[in-house]
Amino acid sequence: MDDSDGEEAAGQAQRRAEWSDVTPLPQNDGPNPVVPIAYKDDFTETMDLFRAVFHAQERSPRALSLTSHAISLNPGNYTVWQFRRVILEALNVDLLGELDFTQSVSNGNSKNYQLWHHRRWVAEKLGASSTSKELEFTKKILSLDAKHYHAWSHRQWVLQSLGGWEDELNYCDDLLQDDVFNNSAWNQRYFVITRSPVLGGLKNMRESEVNYTVRAIIARPENESSWRYLRGLYKDDNVSWVHDSQVSLACLKVLSTKSSHIFALSTLLDLISHGFQPSREFIDVLNALSVQDSDYDLAETNDSDLAKTIFTMLECEDPIRANYWRWRKSKLP
Amino acid sequence: MGELAAEKHVKYIVSVEKKKDSFEAVVMEHLRLNGAYWGVTTLDLLGKLHAVDVNEVVSWILSCQHESGGFGGNIGHDPHVLFTLSAVQVLALFDKLDVLDVEKVSNYVAGLQNEDGSFSGDEWGEVDTRFSYIAICCLSLLRRLEKVNVENAVKYIVSCKNLDGGFGSTPGGESHAGQIFCCVGALAITGSLHHVDRDLLGWWLCERQVKSGGLNGRPEKLPDVCYSWWVLSSLTMIDRVHWINKEKLVKYILDCQDTENGGISDRPDDAVDVYHTYFGVAGLSLLEYPGLKAIDPAYALPVDVVNRIFLRR
Repeated sequence: MDDSDGEEAAGQAQRRAEWSDVTPLPQNDGPNPVVPIAYKDDFTETMDLFRAVFHAQERSPRALSLTSHAISLNPGNYTVWQFRRVILEALNVDLLGELDFTQSVSNGNSKNYQLWHHRRWVAEKLGASSTSKELEFTKKILSLDAKHYHAWSHRQWVLQSLGGWEDELNYCDDLLQDDVFNNSAWNQRYFVITRSPVLGGLKNMRESEVNYTVRAIIARPENESSWRYLRGLYKDDNVSWVHDSQVSLACLKVLSTKSSHIFALSTLLDLISHGFQPSREFIDVLNALSVQDSDYDLAETNDSDLAKTIFTMLECEDPIRANYWRWRKSKLP
Repeated sequence: MGELAAEKHVKYIVSVEKKKDSFEAVVMEHLRLNGAYWGVTTLDLLGKLHAVDVNEVVSWILSCQHESGGFGGNIGHDPHVLFTLSAVQVLALFDKLDVLDVEKVSNYVAGLQNEDGSFSGDEWGEVDTRFSYIAICCLSLLRRLEKVNVENAVKYIVSCKNLDGGFGSTPGGESHAGQIFCCVGALAITGSLHHVDRDLLGWWLCERQVKSGGLNGRPEKLPDVCYSWWVLSSLTMIDRVHWINKEKLVKYILDCQDTENGGISDRPDDAVDVYHTYFGVAGLSLLEYPGLKAIDPAYALPVDVVNRIFLRR
């Protein structure tokens, strides 16, 4: 028996003594129990005790500590969490301790709806004083898994409900420097520039964001997230999308390194379909590139033929989505 | 290419249903109603619904009901809309919706709608577009959608739409295939699909297919059989399912089977579970795999079950 087994056994013995006045209540398996539960381990024993306490609605310190133990054994059990909140309210417990408790539960498995819901309930009660703690908590979890959906949801809730926007754009930048393919960080960036009360909104941020995004695209052109973000910067403003030369130049620059970049070709087509008219010079450059690549012939004269050729390239480069590209080709005027 | 080991999967599901003393069963105890939905729906898609005892299941489900009208994940557990939908779906599968006090159940669900149109999962108030779908699907199956403000419900879902055409759990939340299913499903059920940018969303969804043929749920994530359902059902609802390579996806799902003992896993060679077995078989049904019943992409129930509810009377 190692130390942790010893601690476990001691904890079990202590619980048995503490709860000697309560008759455990086993799970009712319905009208036709097929197999009686064959063994009594810590899990079964704890849950039997929990059912008895829940049934009696005992709101006591020992019941609170029983929920801690039950949650440590199965953090997914929804009823245990709910009853814990009932007890916390009844006993008027200092909720700062709950932050430590949820932190320790998250060390085991943080992908659990109940845990996050509980954390939010606690933070809501604590109010603005918990802002920095909540931002730190999510940051720590995101440092282990930068796409953790629950952590991002919680963080967005904290920003909107408790504040703390000031450093958020820098935080997104840090994460994108670590991994520019992190779609969650791009999503958060969009959340910040469109919703932060300190940045002045999308229009105000567009120019600097386009610069930032174009740099990210040129560094890694195969990144779906940065291209979509770029498009999102021109939401509901196709006129600027078509006329901002930064976008078409970014496509050209990417294509000049390799003419078959899917997202660059797709973006170029999106521009053309919204009225972008490539200059003669633009087409010449593209032609020169395709000749270098030699698989495709862009030596055509008008935009529509150019677009058709590009679609043919896409069908070949991305065969798994050939139907999608064929459909877009069919939409050409 | 291998074939669907249909008989093995039936055996596997029935054995999980019976095993109440295994460690897995004890840990899953709190969401047994969800498990029942995954298992029983899979059996029905495979044409083997009656491999389980109807009366046993129905009486067990009824004993999971709380006095509020909602259902808990098992007997004696607190009610939540997640389990309430599973209860309604399983009863629908067995054509036993008439055992329910429909007004009571629908009042419980309708009572979870918030002022802004969103839905909470229970009395504690966690809000998520998952709950919008669940509430709308549940009320629609009970034919009581008029008990909520559908216009506001739709408005809230639309407020969760992102720049990539997808949807997140709350306004500003990242697009995720599971949440997209919920939002598109709720919009489909309420006749509000015109709010979806089909071409934009369709592209994002078909970009989820990776080289192995499997689907992921977000950019740069690993493929997982469960997304065969979330992504495919969404593509089906917006009529864009031909934008992915179906043959490759079928092969991927079949590669995730345990051909010896039955069951399907998230990725080839991982351990199987009921959840992934359901999503694999449901995905194959949407892909029109031979021998499977057709499944409705919005209600997540076999088409004949949905028709029975809506074409009756």
